[in-house]
Amino acid sequence: MAVDRFPVEASHIMMFARSVADDNQIYYDEEYAKETEPGGIIAPPTFAQASAQFDPDYFLRPKVGEPWFGSGGEPTGIKRESSGGGGGGGGGGGLHAEQHFEYHRHVGPGDVLTATTGPGKTWEKEGKRSGKLMFSESVTEYRDQNGELVITARGVGVRTERPVDQ
Amino acid sequence: MAQLNYEDVQVGDQLPEHVCGPISRATLALFAGASGDYNPIHIDSDFAKKAGMPDVFAHGMLSMAYLAQLLTNWVDQSQLREYGVRFTSIAPVLATVTCKGRVVEKGEVDGEPCVKVEITAEVDDGTKTLVGDAVVGFS
Repeated sequence: MAVDRFPVEASHIMMFARSVADDNQIYYDEEYAKETEPGGIIAPPTFAQASAQFDPDYFLRPKVGEPWFGSGGEPTGIKRESSGGGGGGGGGGGLHAEQHFEYHRHVGPGDVLTATTGPGKTWEKEGKRSGKLMFSESVTEYRDQNGELVITARGVGVRTERPVDQ
Repeated sequence: MAQLNYEDVQVGDQLPEHVCGPISRATLALFAGASGDYNPIHIDSDFAKKAGMPDVFAHGMLSMAYLAQLLTNWVDQSQLREYGVRFTSIAPVLATVTCKGRVVEKGEVDGEPCVKVEITAEVDDGTKTLVGDAVVGFS
């Protein structure tokens, strides 16, 4: 995943918090948030995953006039061959097996983040019903407008050798 | 929120349970929109059935957001240093998600007093959907 520009906005934070039924006022109310330790509205802990739509090549990004993985039609959509787990989430290859975040500082409205993803470890396990399980890790670094590291995300994707036995 | 002090936290302490859901189809649509994960397996039951699933199921990251609330209801989010999970099972649509946690370690990390908590999310029949841990700082 490569995101050149993810502008973090108060309305997006609010909609994200609402969608996960989180009523912590630090995500909604500037006046309340001023009195808290961060001193302003902050993004919830897993909000960084929402950066995915700011990656032009994200397989779930709607593309006008051309098919994309969610555009319907065939039951399996478009075959995708990306590798590794999702950086900010959403598992880019196969199933999303793990997601980890390391927080360096808060993200809030006005921040403009970049995200760069590099490969991490890969490993294999013998599965019971699907042959070999192939795990691959990807590490995404989120940096702010000053180049400071704000979040390190580690995603793990897993692929199976063959379809799971029913 | 009442401030929790490092001295007050003991290994073995249980975090107050946090229950979310039931996860309706509308919840899945809202989360798809807000998170940017528009995968039709979570929002289009025709698609899910054709893909061999009985119905749509919840985004793993939705449960991960719920489980984060277990932590941020317990301490301020500004104390959260690390948070990670393994996705061990899917949460079906209409599931209620129960989040639980327990303090397993106390000690310094990079000179800061920290506690490590083990956390889980489970659905109605007790199946664990997420298993993870978090590091919380008390500086």
